[in-house]
Amino acid sequence: MRFIDDFRNAEHVKALAGSIERRAAQAGRPLRFMEVCGGHTMAIHRFGLPQLLPESVELLSGPGCPVCVTPTTYIDRAIELGRDGALLTTFGDLYRVPGSERSVEGASAAGLLEALVVYSPRDALRAAQDSHDREVVFLAIGFETTAPTVAATLLEAKRLGLRNFRVLSGHKTMPRALRALLEAPEVAIDGFILPGHVCTITGARPFTFIPDEFGVPCCVTGFEPADILASIEKLTELCGPGRRPALENAYRRAVRPDGNEKALALLERVMVPVDAQWRGIGHIPGSGLDLGPQWLEFRVEPPDPERPSAEYSACRCGDVLRGLIKPAECSLFGEVCTPDSPVGPCMVSSEGSCAAHFKYGSQTFTAGLAEIAENGKGY
Amino acid sequence: MTEKTIKLGHGSGGSLTRALIEETLLRYFDSPLLAGLPDSAKVQLQGVPAAFTTDTYVVDPLFFPGGDIGKLAVYGTVNDLAVVGAIPRFISCALIIEEGLPQSDLRTILSSMRQAADHAGTEVVTGDTKVVPRGKADSIFINTAGIGAFRPESALPDAEMKAGDVVLVSGPIGDHGAAVLSAREGLNLDSAILSDCAPVTEVAQAILAGARRTSFLRDVTRGGLVTILNEAVGGAPLGLLLREQDIPVRPGVRSICELLGLDPFYLACEGRVAAVIDAESAPIVVEAVRRTPAGQDATIIGEATAEYAGEIVIETAFGTHRLVQMLSGEQLPRIC
Ligand code: SF4
Repeated sequence: MRFIDDFRNAEHVKALAGSIERRAAQAGRPLRFMEVCGGHTMAIHRFGLPQLLPESVELLSGPGCPVCVTPTTYIDRAIELGRDGALLTTFGDLYRVPGSERSVEGASAAGLLEALVVYSPRDALRAAQDSHDREVVFLAIGFETTAPTVAATLLEAKRLGLRNFRVLSGHKTMPRALRALLEAPEVAIDGFILPGHVCTITGARPFTFIPDEFGVPCCVTGFEPADILASIEKLTELCGPGRRPALENAYRRAVRPDGNEKALALLERVMVPVDAQWRGIGHIPGSGLDLGPQWLEFRVEPPDPERPSAEYSACRCGDVLRGLIKPAECSLFGEVCTPDSPVGPCMVSSEGSCAAHFKYGSQTFTAGLAEIAENGKGY
Repeated sequence: MTEKTIKLGHGSGGSLTRALIEETLLRYFDSPLLAGLPDSAKVQLQGVPAAFTTDTYVVDPLFFPGGDIGKLAVYGTVNDLAVVGAIPRFISCALIIEEGLPQSDLRTILSSMRQAADHAGTEVVTGDTKVVPRGKADSIFINTAGIGAFRPESALPDAEMKAGDVVLVSGPIGDHGAAVLSAREGLNLDSAILSDCAPVTEVAQAILAGARRTSFLRDVTRGGLVTILNEAVGGAPLGLLLREQDIPVRPGVRSICELLGLDPFYLACEGRVAAVIDAESAPIVVEAVRRTPAGQDATIIGEATAEYAGEIVIETAFGTHRLVQMLSGEQLPRIC
């Protein structure tokens, strides 16, 4: 694991922090950058990176955690299928996300349905093989990174002639969501840290509209502290006087401009773009993926994308996901809402922004949150 | 409102387990000996002090690199006795066997229990065997209880923690959790990771004998290093500051964690202790622990500080800080 150690090299990280500080001073204005990948959110807080940044550079989390943006209508639909007798197969984090009344976990504990936590869609397929006649529904959520593995699993299901395997697709795609954010007048972002894993599949090209149409710089990057700081350094530089917004790639070791052609071809073969409902953000045309016409035998009807997600009124996940507030500014954070008794999905998901802030106590160690200390929230 | 039911996370050893115990068990069992939930109860038998403990083992798979459920069932109970300062003596062995378990598996497990008991200087002196129909248990579950004696001259881990005290860990963390996990997930990694499953009696005795003050001594099991250390600071006026680079984690364990998105600080161990001792004795204690078979890589990883009362804070190699908290829910199912 030399590889990882290199990217955590303390001297290198400190040098990057110094360079960011100089560039931020040159930019001469406060900068707000948004990371749109749950993996980035976790790494940023695990390594305490905000503590290395000058006060004028702020990091916000975007809609990059697939569990967090899954609407209550999807969970409700899954529970409905389970109550009708299907065995639900789901990723662990989704299992605990509240629907309008309860989570899949809650429904399972109450004996209303049976659910199996799996690590991959292949596990779900295996469960279907083992269950003979019983219908097995896989709760398929995730961005462009997970969708191809689901597509590959469906190919396999077809080859095996499985008749009891179904997929409830809640897949989403990232570029349209970022466009929706950029079009919203209340959202003010000076740069995007683009999701490294998604871009490994899609390539960087689908994101060029961000600098081209909206004049906002962005940078693709990986998940080590040095990767993330390198992207922040790039963004700060691009915000400097006389610089033009551009898309940069600080993750060339994994991301090619055109992405992973094989995975993309697989996606195209199995899935089609559809409208989708995003928790906290709303209806975004063409931002979801569902099974295409040749795969209807494996498809279960997803919830109506027009129907809004029924949120608990006090949960501010929607504002957190759009970068309008930081988790600790939610009045429930750390008091009523904790990972043990989560109110919203951002606290449930291990990649959620509220969970990351809570788990690593980021609000405690970051300067500039005096008002939270006053209100006695967090730690 | 639906009926509250037991969720898997209630068995993680983290904050949910704690809450469950407080809200249910402690409402019914209120012996002062149980208060504070020590690893073993210190009882008096007609004026003679003894340590008494019990633990149940449900690990899946039954056999994993470096051990099996039998070895675990003996050392786990031995270690619970050792960390209260006792010398483990007698062990019980209660089996719940699922119909269909190959007899050869049972023999292998029992033979490894025997070896472990001998190695730890204990004897299995009583037991029970139950068989349940297929599907009503998973292969085999083992419960062991244990009794240990206190040496009259021996110090106990009951001193008061002071700012500047240091945190000792007796070796690399997370080996057991990583070994079980890689066996279960069928991960073929070039560097085989073995469970650290071992008795810690000598380690515990070396610490208690060498330190002027021992304020905390626990074996690191379910929930990992962080979960155990949280017990040291819960409600205390002091916190612990740990230096990330000083916490020993084997490269193989680190790569499994990277691969599966886990945190080694929460991975189970089965042959490690964590202790808080006075700083002055630390060099002697580290040397003494390193001379024991299970403590060769003992090291100091941090210190007690008044700055973060009740918290555990990690300082990264970059000088940034983060909180570490008790595990919520489950990180891994059934590893001990
Ligand atoms: S702290 Fe909890 S309630 Fe508040 S926004 Fe986050 S998830 Fe929602």
